[in-house]
Amino acid sequence: MKALMFGWEFPPHILGGLGTASYGLTKGMAECGDMDITFVIPKPWGDEDKSFAHIIGAGNTPVVWRDVAWETACDRLSYCMDPQEYYRLRDHIYADFNYMHTNDLGCIEFSGRYPDNLLEEINNYSIVAGVIARACPCDVIHSHDWLTYPAGIHAKQVTGKPLVIHVHATDFDRSRGNVNPTVYRIEKDGMDWADHIITVSNLTRQTVIEKYHIDPAKVTTVHNAVEPLSDEIMAMQVTKNTQEKVVTFLGRITMQKGPEYFVEAAARVLKKSNNVRFVMAGSGDMMNKMIRLAAQRNISDRFHFTGFLKGKQVYEMLKASDVYIMPSVSEPFGISPLEAMQVGVPSIISKQSGCAEILTNVIKTDYWDIDAMADAIYSIITYPGMYQQLKVQGKLEVDEIKWKYAGQKVIDIYHRVIGK
Amino acid sequence: MKTICFYFQIHQPFRLKRYRFFDIGNDHYYYDDFNNEEIIHRIAQRSYLPANQTLLEMIKNSNGKFKVAFSISGVALEQLEIYVPEFIDSMKELAKTGCVEFLSETYAHCLASLQDPEEFASQVKMHDDKIEELFGQRPKVFRNTELIYSDEIACQIAALGFKGCITEGAKHILGWKSPNYLYNSAAVPKLKLLLKNYKVSDDISFRFSNYEWSEYPLTADKFMNWIANTPEQEQVVNLFMNYETLGELQPRETGIFEFMKALPRFAEERGIGFATPTEIISRLKPVAALSMPYPISWADEERDTSAWLGNILQNEAFEKLYSVAERVRLCEDRRLKQDWNYLQTSDHFYYMCTKHFSDGAVHSHYSPYETPYEAFTNYMNVLSDFIVRVEAQYPAEIENEELNALITTIKNQASEIEMLQKELKSAKTEKQQAKAKVETKKTTKTTAKTTAKKAETPKAKTTKKAPAKA
Repeated sequence: MKALMFGWEFPPHILGGLGTASYGLTKGMAECGDMDITFVIPKPWGDEDKSFAHIIGAGNTPVVWRDVAWETACDRLSYCMDPQEYYRLRDHIYADFNYMHTNDLGCIEFSGRYPDNLLEEINNYSIVAGVIARACPCDVIHSHDWLTYPAGIHAKQVTGKPLVIHVHATDFDRSRGNVNPTVYRIEKDGMDWADHIITVSNLTRQTVIEKYHIDPAKVTTVHNAVEPLSDEIMAMQVTKNTQEKVVTFLGRITMQKGPEYFVEAAARVLKKSNNVRFVMAGSGDMMNKMIRLAAQRNISDRFHFTGFLKGKQVYEMLKASDVYIMPSVSEPFGISPLEAMQVGVPSIISKQSGCAEILTNVIKTDYWDIDAMADAIYSIITYPGMYQQLKVQGKLEVDEIKWKYAGQKVIDIYHRVIGK
Repeated sequence: MKTICFYFQIHQPFRLKRYRFFDIGNDHYYYDDFNNEEIIHRIAQRSYLPANQTLLEMIKNSNGKFKVAFSISGVALEQLEIYVPEFIDSMKELAKTGCVEFLSETYAHCLASLQDPEEFASQVKMHDDKIEELFGQRPKVFRNTELIYSDEIACQIAALGFKGCITEGAKHILGWKSPNYLYNSAAVPKLKLLLKNYKVSDDISFRFSNYEWSEYPLTADKFMNWIANTPEQEQVVNLFMNYETLGELQPRETGIFEFMKALPRFAEERGIGFATPTEIISRLKPVAALSMPYPISWADEERDTSAWLGNILQNEAFEKLYSVAERVRLCEDRRLKQDWNYLQTSDHFYYMCTKHFSDGAVHSHYSPYETPYEAFTNYMNVLSDFIVRVEAQYPAEIENEELNALITTIKNQASEIEMLQKELKSAKTEKQQAKAKVETKKTTKTTAKTTAKKAETPKAKTTKKAPAKA
């Protein structure tokens, strides 16, 4: 079966959970066999893993016919794609886009990030999608998150193939209710056009049904999974301070992640116990506010900010931790506690997180219940049995959550929409 | 003649309230009164009281031929005394018929038999005292918490003077043997064993109202036929179940009470009698010895102790709890002793079981907690506070042995005082007999007094230390 996927991020150049999830899912589907996946991203860097999917960069797809010499094409494009592909795509230009700003190859430039002119970039992405859809025959179209819904719709209109959209998050999660009308319109449009909608948790599924007024029969939950850790990361040794326990929050410091509840819980634990330190790793628009809050609660000597961590640093931090906490106010799925469990760190998550639906060997509290959260932290750092049980059972549990199973579910959905 | 032995168990734990770690050291009341009262009330109204009424009727209508045994844990009795005193009265009335036997168990419905023989013995004594005080009979047959039994426990039970013990008779424990005989323990041959016929017992307690069961509906007629049709040599059928079966597990609408009421009539038609465990033990001879190297119980598919002590959480809580056992026994504080009982109750450990993540939902159904982790956290917080209080009584710096030594000195001195007082008494009588020996009497008296004073001083020291620490 041929699938044409539209995504925005792809490892190793990722900015959030979206890239990790699209990558894992695609790989899991490839493992299930009989899948030919073309994955479109705005801007490839050339170091992406191409072993299981054919990657096309929107920024390398011409929308305006230019007479490009073979040598030039080789020179400019071979870092990430077969130059022959460029000419194949060029044959499928469907309209005159000379009025647009294009480079010497006839391509629109993409940042591949989340720039200020994001809406423009989304629109350009869907223009390019028209070329790709004509050039690459497929059986089903799959769009990851709202940025790529317009592209998916366009591809559906061109090819007439069924569209599946994958809701990794909605604007209700990102904004705590203050929805941006433009974003909402794009999301709603995508959901209306879709033949089937995949959500990453029942929580998100409920939002899609209630807030976007979608027929429940059209919405299916496929929970995310997690990639097994590489041997390199597993073998990494981190010297741990045995005297003091470390409780870690890791993620963007934004309203959605509920950082203030973590600070408050920390203040309560520190009233009772003094051999514990708290770490808030990451950056975000609420970071300064959190630093002030920690100072206000008079716990700054035991509450630390690391700033943004990347790559290996994340695992170093996790390995040095005794407790991982994710007090998200609204989390469509939340893959990071799974990663913490992989390295054997007991996790506390909010009941408002999608991953709470599939995890049992974690502590779940309401995000606003600071007392319960403080109690859970205290329990893990004080009672060795609790720590051991969560560490061992959590690891066993998370090792069974595989992308392969999620991929199979998505393939089943494909079969359903194609058969319709 | 075939005999049916009915035994019902009544137990309700003192459930703990939500106890956060901030409360450690500040709040020493641990129980969820509202919940406890609500539950015991509901169960008493729906099950215990109407069931008692039914059994009383059955005994009266059968002219005392219907017999039944009860095992009521001390903590359940306490709750019933507080919240449903009419149940105690109705139980007393049942006891008066002479057709009811009360079995022995641990007061707190605890797992001490697996860990602490000394605690076990004192728990059993406390329970039997309570039963004797309320119902006027001293239990003669023992039933351990959740029917937990092993060779080692058999020795403890026999040492306490019991002639018989009740335990589980599941197929994978007995193998080819039938539970419908009287057995004895391989470790202590004089201890006789009554085994639960799990199939027939479960037919009543779990399958009675199940429409999908091939034998539905179960009538007293059919039931007695089954028992009558067991092989000739099998003389006893032990029906052991929770008392809640009547009215709660099988609600009144299922006709469970009518089923019970009809049993004696159909039994008589087929020449089947009823007996209490003590009667069976004295009447029958054991056919073989059973050896149980590992503890068994009546819980779950495994029939072992893994429902209470199956994961790291449970083991840690259990070890922690019994690590202070010796200290608590040395204490005199009544409230501390009371909390000690309530905290030992096996249910607290049952709530921490993680087995139901995969199989049956039985555990989570009875648990007041959402997850086993929550159960553990709450219990450990309470236990931490409890241990702080125990340590306030006897500081942790003093080694157990040292403390023991001090206490034995006190005990020895107490007995010495007693001896001297006896001596004094005899001296006094001597004085009366022979008034002439006035001089000798005086010297004995003074020495006795001085030793008595000396004996008191170390005791005063230890008790003084406690408030200073607190």
